[in-house]
Amino acid sequence: MSKPPIIRFENVTKAFGKVIAVDDVTLDIPEGEFFALLGPSGCGKTSLLRLLAGFETPTQGRILIDGDDVSRVPPNRRPVNMVFQNYAVFPHMSVAQNVGYGLKVDGVAADERAARVADALALVKLEGLGARTPEQLSGGQRQRVALARALIKRPRVLLLDEPLSALDARLRDAMRAELTQLQQKIGITFVMVTHDQHEALAMACRCGVMDQGRLQQVATPNDLYEYPTSRFVADFIGQVNLFESRVEADLPDHAIVTARDLDLPVWIDHGVNAAPGTAVCLALRPEKIELHKRGDETALAPRVGSPSGYNQAAGTIRHINYLGSTSTYDVELASGRMVTALRSNLTRRGREDFALGEAVWLAWHAASPVVLPA
Amino acid sequence: MNGPLDYLGRWPLRLWLGVVGLFLYAPLAILVIFSFNDSKRTFIWRGFTTRWYTVLFNDTELLMAFGNSLTIALISTLISLVLGTLVALLLWRFRFPGKAGVEGLLALPIVVPEICLGVAFLVFFSAVLPWPTDLAWPLNLGVIIIAHVSFSFSFVALVVRARLASFDRDLAEAARDLGASEAQIFRDIMLPHLRPGLVAGGLLAFTLSLDDFVITFFTSGPDTVTFPVKVYAMVRFSVTPEVNAASTVLIVLTAGLTALALKLQSSETAKKAG
Repeated sequence: MSKPPIIRFENVTKAFGKVIAVDDVTLDIPEGEFFALLGPSGCGKTSLLRLLAGFETPTQGRILIDGDDVSRVPPNRRPVNMVFQNYAVFPHMSVAQNVGYGLKVDGVAADERAARVADALALVKLEGLGARTPEQLSGGQRQRVALARALIKRPRVLLLDEPLSALDARLRDAMRAELTQLQQKIGITFVMVTHDQHEALAMACRCGVMDQGRLQQVATPNDLYEYPTSRFVADFIGQVNLFESRVEADLPDHAIVTARDLDLPVWIDHGVNAAPGTAVCLALRPEKIELHKRGDETALAPRVGSPSGYNQAAGTIRHINYLGSTSTYDVELASGRMVTALRSNLTRRGREDFALGEAVWLAWHAASPVVLPA
Repeated sequence: MNGPLDYLGRWPLRLWLGVVGLFLYAPLAILVIFSFNDSKRTFIWRGFTTRWYTVLFNDTELLMAFGNSLTIALISTLISLVLGTLVALLLWRFRFPGKAGVEGLLALPIVVPEICLGVAFLVFFSAVLPWPTDLAWPLNLGVIIIAHVSFSFSFVALVVRARLASFDRDLAEAARDLGASEAQIFRDIMLPHLRPGLVAGGLLAFTLSLDDFVITFFTSGPDTVTFPVKVYAMVRFSVTPEVNAASTVLIVLTAGLTALALKLQSSETAKKAG
């Protein structure tokens, strides 16, 4: 990237008394990106957003926007604007007054203000509602007001704090798509905080996963899901089966790992850069585990990309969770360990293919397991 | 569904309503009625007249007392509003050592018996800080105004503080995020939210000041008589319909002010809704 990033966190730490909310975060966000901060509640993601907005000042480190150190710049002098979680629409002002407020305090002349308010309302599809009061609006419309009010200031970065959490499910899906389209249309950098991984994966160009104040991993949604670098990320994003394991052999083109709860060793189709004997954690996503009837064991090996005697486990179906498009199967292994496998319901009677209590084979491709530090 | 008035079919509730009405409003009604009584003795009806109002409006001493009362009420209300709001903001916004103490002190003027406050002010202004007696109007009212502010600003502070509790701090942050300065946030975001509290607190301070007798009695001098003190002096000789008339004017005035404040409030809400 030749262009300097629009946002740069340099070793930023924020402590509230003894509580460290943000712990030594270093992060670059390039211009025009839709960046999502994801993590469980209390992980520090909201503090990081508030540091960016200027409501908090870092205890240590620097925050740069467009190359300027803004660590001590108050929120009203930063080129960023925020959409609050509860929208914080001013209740005693009309929609137009709300949207125009940021221009009014900047001393923009009334006629220019009116024109820009109209543009901003059109951008968020609220044409003609300028005279309404906030209490006459639905939750979704109120959010659009908050969006227009922030965008009218033409910020370099738009901050969104849990933008969809207060909307009902159907509206949330629609708004998800709309926010993404809006971001692409106006090209402003968006930084969104969310605890909802689906939201983050579906909307963001890149996500940062936070835990206990630390940035655990920054990656594209796809990489975050398929190539997590830590147990926490593997576990936090989506569903996963984790196995305490040990490296048996590590070669350039494959590795062999044994897991405590699996009878057969696991064949991995790449090297893992770990000496034999190293304790590791093996992560296996439910949808990457195939379910097979007992009796066709011989057909398994070539299909899963490993020699026979690897990457499979015998078990018994203990629980079936029917979800409509898919079903999850909780399978008990010989070791007593429960493993979750997910299967699309490809035909209308697909669910009946496997029955509760049925003995099955689990199998997975050599490219599927992720080897993580223990 | 039963409306509240449907319960009036039951006789105990009717009786209750009657008793409440009798003791709450009948004295006021009688006071007003007898201000039109064509008799020097108050309690026997001799026919309708408005001459007591003429007498009233020619009684320079009473009018002056009335003027004093209104002036004191107005000035002490304005000072109480500013002071009370500032204290409420201080307690709402900041955490500081001794905050609990400040909150306790704030409630003190409300719980301390008025008679004690009156004596305290009397002693204070005669022994510690003698107020010059030969000042021009309205500076000669200073002692009373200070005394009134000292108890009514507590009420304002409590009312405004209660209103502040429902203020959404995100609104202030949102305004700040949009570029507003602290002063602009206060003017554009907080003040509109506080307005009902300010109106209520102001009305409270105004009426408290207007009808205060005990504290004023101890702090007023011969030239600074207020309306309640004057009425008390008149009643000591005899209750004439003139006193009734004066009281009626006061009732109409305060009721009118309250109605006006309520109307202003509701028209504001109506404007917002429509």
